[in-house]
Amino acid sequence: MLPASFDYHRATSVADALGMLGSLGDEAKILAGGHSLIPALKLRLSKPAHLIDLNAIPELRSITRQNGHIVVGAMATHTAVQTSDIVRSAVPFIADLAGSIGDASVRNRGTIGGVIAHADPRADYPAALLAADATVVLTSKSGSRNVKADDFFVDMFTTALAEGELVTEIHFPALAKGTGASYQKFSHPASRYAIVGCAARVTVEGGVCKNVRVAFTGLTEKAFRDNGVESALEGKPANEATIQAAALLAAKSIEVTGDSFADEAYRRHIATVQARKALLAAVAAATK
Amino acid sequence: MNVPITVTINGTAYTRDVEPRQLLVHFLRETLNLTGTHIGCDTSSCGACTIMLNGQTVKSCTLLAAQADGAEIMTVEGLATDGKLHPIQEGFWQEHGLQCGFCTPGMMMAGVQILKNNPNPTEEEIRHGLEGNFCRCTGYHNIVKSIQYAAKKSAAM
Repeated sequence: MLPASFDYHRATSVADALGMLGSLGDEAKILAGGHSLIPALKLRLSKPAHLIDLNAIPELRSITRQNGHIVVGAMATHTAVQTSDIVRSAVPFIADLAGSIGDASVRNRGTIGGVIAHADPRADYPAALLAADATVVLTSKSGSRNVKADDFFVDMFTTALAEGELVTEIHFPALAKGTGASYQKFSHPASRYAIVGCAARVTVEGGVCKNVRVAFTGLTEKAFRDNGVESALEGKPANEATIQAAALLAAKSIEVTGDSFADEAYRRHIATVQARKALLAAVAAATK
Repeated sequence: MNVPITVTINGTAYTRDVEPRQLLVHFLRETLNLTGTHIGCDTSSCGACTIMLNGQTVKSCTLLAAQADGAEIMTVEGLATDGKLHPIQEGFWQEHGLQCGFCTPGMMMAGVQILKNNPNPTEEEIRHGLEGNFCRCTGYHNIVKSIQYAAKKSAAM
């Protein structure tokens, strides 16, 4: 399958890419890892006149620790995040998540920035960014702005990215002692996309759950935080009974989209199972 | 507008002008006649087109040839040296790691990546590492044994 014709532009710096984006405008698409975009081009679901390739911009690949935050460059591959000691030591559940995406060869190309800019409702990262209270850095010719994950994911394949902006960094707050997090998913056996994924972050203080954040992917048009589950656990003892009770409230106030593989009722059930697993693992990590 | 690229494949540098939409797998197979790399699903699921790009496996159906400019590539044709089989090839031969053979080039490249990351993998680690490669003959047991053979052989070398 061949894509429709386009012109190919290799950017060598963020400024270079922004310049190209400015001159080519909405005729152009950004090429990151390409593992969503190239299949879409081949199916001719997308027919841009220009592709701007970010793969030759080393500054977008870096992973560093800055003031209690882990700063992951938008072009960090899933393999790079999975194997990063910096990510593993400060937000281990993000390293685990990266290692669970697709397969080894897909992880060698796919990037965190590409995933979140694409905002596929089945992608793993968006739920984790919400639970982690991550911040997305968007850069344009006029500078950079920080957008909380809570405000970044707007709708199916739609984000807060404005015209002329690139995702350049994702900031994860390092997990403090007493705080744990986990991402658990039930994957489609062939595509390995999440049928339902749940990310949870919990602080346990004196045996009580605090600052609970729970987010799902795969249930509806975008990843979302589930306030029902969060508030059911907030201030409650960190034990199996309270976790199970909270998990059973998963997606109660959400319109769940089913498909031929997993209908609405099944997805709702899987959501409660993944919520329980993610919360138990988060609490175990917090109290370790 | 065509793009000039120079790619080193199995130790040989090739310079060509490519159409931007040309996929890397078509560049290998049709432009350079390196037909050992196969096209299976063409959607980055099956792994028949797996090659090594700068030391990491990638699915060459989901990369543009233009993106490979400056890269070092190894395909299945690059495994044997001086007429001597690579341990992974010897493993597939000894352990009957292929039936129809269609998935084999990709399986062998995936096997090379598994052993590069972890020279002494468990059976489970091998199976996990093969998640992106489908064998429609379902000959997975012997493929796992072939990679185990290659691991032992490489350790003894």
